[in-house]
Amino acid sequence: MENFAYVNAADVEQASSLLSDDWSETKVIAGGTDLLGELKEYIETPKKVVNLKSIPGLDEIKADSSGLTIGALVTLADIAAHPTIQHHYTVLAEAAASVASPQIRNVGTLGGNLCQRPRCWYYRHPDIICLKKGGDTCYAIEGMNKYHAIFGGGPVYIVHPSDTAPALMALGATVKIVGPNGERTMPLADFFVLPDVNPQRENVLEPNEVLTEVHVPQPKAGTKSTYLKVRERGSFDFALVSVAANFEMNGGTCSKANVVLGGVAPIPWRSVEAEAALNGKHITAAVAKQAGEAAVANADPMTDNGYKVPLTRNVISRAAMSLA
Amino acid sequence: MASWGEARDSRLIGKRVTRLSGAEKATGRAKYTFDINRPGMLYGRILRSPVAHATITSIDLSEAEALPGVKAAILLIEPGKRVRYEGQEIAAIAATTNDIAKDAIRLIRFDYDELDYVVDVESAKADGAPQIRDDWMGNQSEPRVDERGDIEAGFAEAAVEVEATYHAPVQTHVCLETHGNVAEWDGDNLTVWASTQAVFGTRQNLAQHFELPENQVRVISEHMGGGFGSKFGPGVEGIAVAKLARKAGAPVKLMLTRKAEHLVGGNRPSMTQQVRAGATQDGRFIAYDLSGYGTGGIGAGAGFTGPYVYHVPNYRTEKSAVAINAGSARAMRAPGHPQGAFAMDSLMDELAEKLGMDPLAFRRMNSDSDPRRNKIRQAEYTLGAQEIGWHRRNSVPGSGTGIKKRGIGMGCGLWGGGGGPGTQARVTIHSSGAVEAVTGTQDIGTGIRTVIAIIVAEELGLKPADITVKVGDTEPGLPSRGSGGSQTIGSVAPVIKTAAIAAKRKLFGHIAPLIEAEPMDLRAAGGRIYSAADLRLSVPWKEATGYLGMETISEGGEWDENLRVGDTAGVQFADVEVDTETGLVKVIKVVAIQDCGLVVNRLTTESQINGAVIMGLGYALLEERIMDGQTGKMLNANLEDYKVPGTMEIPEIVSIAYDTDRKITGIGEPPTIPTAGAVANAVYNAIGVRIRELPITPDKVLNALS
Repeated sequence: MENFAYVNAADVEQASSLLSDDWSETKVIAGGTDLLGELKEYIETPKKVVNLKSIPGLDEIKADSSGLTIGALVTLADIAAHPTIQHHYTVLAEAAASVASPQIRNVGTLGGNLCQRPRCWYYRHPDIICLKKGGDTCYAIEGMNKYHAIFGGGPVYIVHPSDTAPALMALGATVKIVGPNGERTMPLADFFVLPDVNPQRENVLEPNEVLTEVHVPQPKAGTKSTYLKVRERGSFDFALVSVAANFEMNGGTCSKANVVLGGVAPIPWRSVEAEAALNGKHITAAVAKQAGEAAVANADPMTDNGYKVPLTRNVISRAAMSLA
Repeated sequence: MASWGEARDSRLIGKRVTRLSGAEKATGRAKYTFDINRPGMLYGRILRSPVAHATITSIDLSEAEALPGVKAAILLIEPGKRVRYEGQEIAAIAATTNDIAKDAIRLIRFDYDELDYVVDVESAKADGAPQIRDDWMGNQSEPRVDERGDIEAGFAEAAVEVEATYHAPVQTHVCLETHGNVAEWDGDNLTVWASTQAVFGTRQNLAQHFELPENQVRVISEHMGGGFGSKFGPGVEGIAVAKLARKAGAPVKLMLTRKAEHLVGGNRPSMTQQVRAGATQDGRFIAYDLSGYGTGGIGAGAGFTGPYVYHVPNYRTEKSAVAINAGSARAMRAPGHPQGAFAMDSLMDELAEKLGMDPLAFRRMNSDSDPRRNKIRQAEYTLGAQEIGWHRRNSVPGSGTGIKKRGIGMGCGLWGGGGGPGTQARVTIHSSGAVEAVTGTQDIGTGIRTVIAIIVAEELGLKPADITVKVGDTEPGLPSRGSGGSQTIGSVAPVIKTAAIAAKRKLFGHIAPLIEAEPMDLRAAGGRIYSAADLRLSVPWKEATGYLGMETISEGGEWDENLRVGDTAGVQFADVEVDTETGLVKVIKVVAIQDCGLVVNRLTTESQINGAVIMGLGYALLEERIMDGQTGKMLNANLEDYKVPGTMEIPEIVSIAYDTDRKITGIGEPPTIPTAGAVANAVYNAIGVRIRELPITPDKVLNALS
């Protein structure tokens, strides 16, 4: 990696003030499991790296009647092991537990998991300057696109790699962001942006802003949720397809379905089609199947990723049935 | 004539003995090449071609050389020459820290004129493809044709025929310890700590390159983290590190990065074969017509086996290699066999199904023409079918109910592994009682160190831990072969055995008169030497050796071909569960039966089988080098997207060392051969749709099912 200045931030405001308004100048680091890979491959060559781990108070989980508040520095391992999250926000605990390997979950943070960069092998190759890195071609279009997007692609066809993001979106989470102009809060769903808005970024974060906190409203009584992740290698892999499903249940009837997909689109992909097929329905095998089919009706596969269409369909049905 | 004796007389041979180096390795004290640090040592790095094909027009090292901490820089290619694959070496740097070396590499200025390249086999074969090798016409080698019998008559006799195309991808070795060396000069004497499968072969290559007599080059490899066929010589990086060390006047360590390991460290060639085969109504495999090729990258070889294991009287095969702009193939654990076996065992299942025969019964009818091997294989079939529960398989493939479908399949392999002459060894007995066994082989992780201790301890009536074993060093001047072809144990064990016998006889001769016994009556057992004729004549080991006084017994051995045997048969069965909604194949259980000859250490033999099966599972389900035609680059030169099995992928493995003979055989390679075929057949048995292309990933399963 290139040399850089390393600064411990004392608080969030200071962290923001230490950051440039140019992405190429500065980076934040927390667990570092994503950033270090980028630095070592010279994909990012910042002049300054601002450490967030030195900021007190961002590593707490608070669960009360208003819901769940998780600091950006909370590790994935702590989320996965938290009894309240396991019990009441199951989809999030399962998603966090499915990330990478135990070693990475022990250092990887929630903030980092939400803000991580894509795993696309063109993007990650140090000698390939693709559209996402400021070049003019998304090589996935004509190239090896087995792991790429079937929804929301263009002009870049990456998939968003986060496991916790679909889970939190399905739970209706909001995120708090601190920047030079103070604090802003938004639904996580509005945090992510498609490549046709900004091909080089995956979210609305400005270079000098820091994601500090995630809030999840308390689920209504009877809510059930789950995270299903299909990966080629069970020991350690990103999702081919994942489904975060969070259903408000009334007996066997789903009064409100939240279905968010991972691994299929440049952002965590809310399937309003699947939700519509489930809302107000008594969940049966036929309804679950319909939800899966509705979800993929508008899928737009590439040359090598057509398998993600039946895979997505099937995993949505499976998730729905598991909550019935 | 020496023999290994009867099993009932063996105290150690055939038992489970923990590795002598186990504690050292588990606690991190074992020094691999990566761990060697010399006073004043520098760190080497290599600048590699970022492009698949180019003429290098200029290289300027001056900026890199000017970086503080850089002590030497050398060219590895002359301007005007061509690089012909991503990762090919351009220049190398030695610096005081690894970080400085990395920075320096980026300061080397080089220009090149990019040339057309081709990184996929089908494009390389097409008319008008860029010429890759200067010594070929086109990119496909002259096919090698083998014929036997009368193929037309064979097909005329066939009642059923199968036509199919099978494909296996390029697999890389993924040695946990990457290739690399530490080089240190003392005047004109060169010492190299090498991660190698051949200390003497590496010494010879280095001596030739630097025009030194062999005795001025020493190569040491005390522990090494996997080679699988890819680590026989110093390689470009080994020559480079010695040059850097000489130029800098300081020791240099240069280990390949994981990326370089994938790009240039060797690989198993791909295989694509179109086959037409026939069998008679009564189940005789009668005709086989194969046309196939593979790519060894820029290398020339891409051979694979076929016909294989099964006897077919009429066949014609035509095989060739296709060159592409990618790193060269190297020998890889049973070269040519796993890809050939996957296709052959898939084909056998397809023929059996057309005949309406049980695939095991069909194999039984057509196995090995070699009667000895066939006898072993038939017994292995019976044992394996029992262990896996062959009767549980779906008699109609894909007929299981439910979303997750189970299936059972099988595959076969064969290998040599008998070793050969050329090893020298010494067994030394000191008057203190200490015993040393020294030879110039190397322990590439297979456990030869422990095997040597077991053999000597058995002969001298001691415990394995009582024997100091020295291997992996050219310095004692006791040459041995490179560890390849599963030949190590067959080459080394007979020499160790005869050396231990010679040393023991000498000791008996020395002490017999002192304890008033006949030398021929003396025996060594339980840490004592005693007379079989008069059990009262008995002395503890150390007392006996104490009689040596100032003398030391040191005896060499002879390779005795009657102590070893080759030509092994292996059979594996796999029980899998296929999730028909996700396409995921979960292997539940593998039964691996490997004909082993005489087992010296049952524990490490089973470990070899376990490891080989795991490697075979990676080949079956996960591993594949991905080359990108648009950029000429390997897209998964890492361990994220090049997926090797992790703990969750490893099923129950029943490793059965099938010891058929009181003669020694090496089995480092053969148990990786049958796995992919067994898994592919099990997947077919589960879902009723055949996947003829490795690895069997969820996309292929889902595409096949839809």
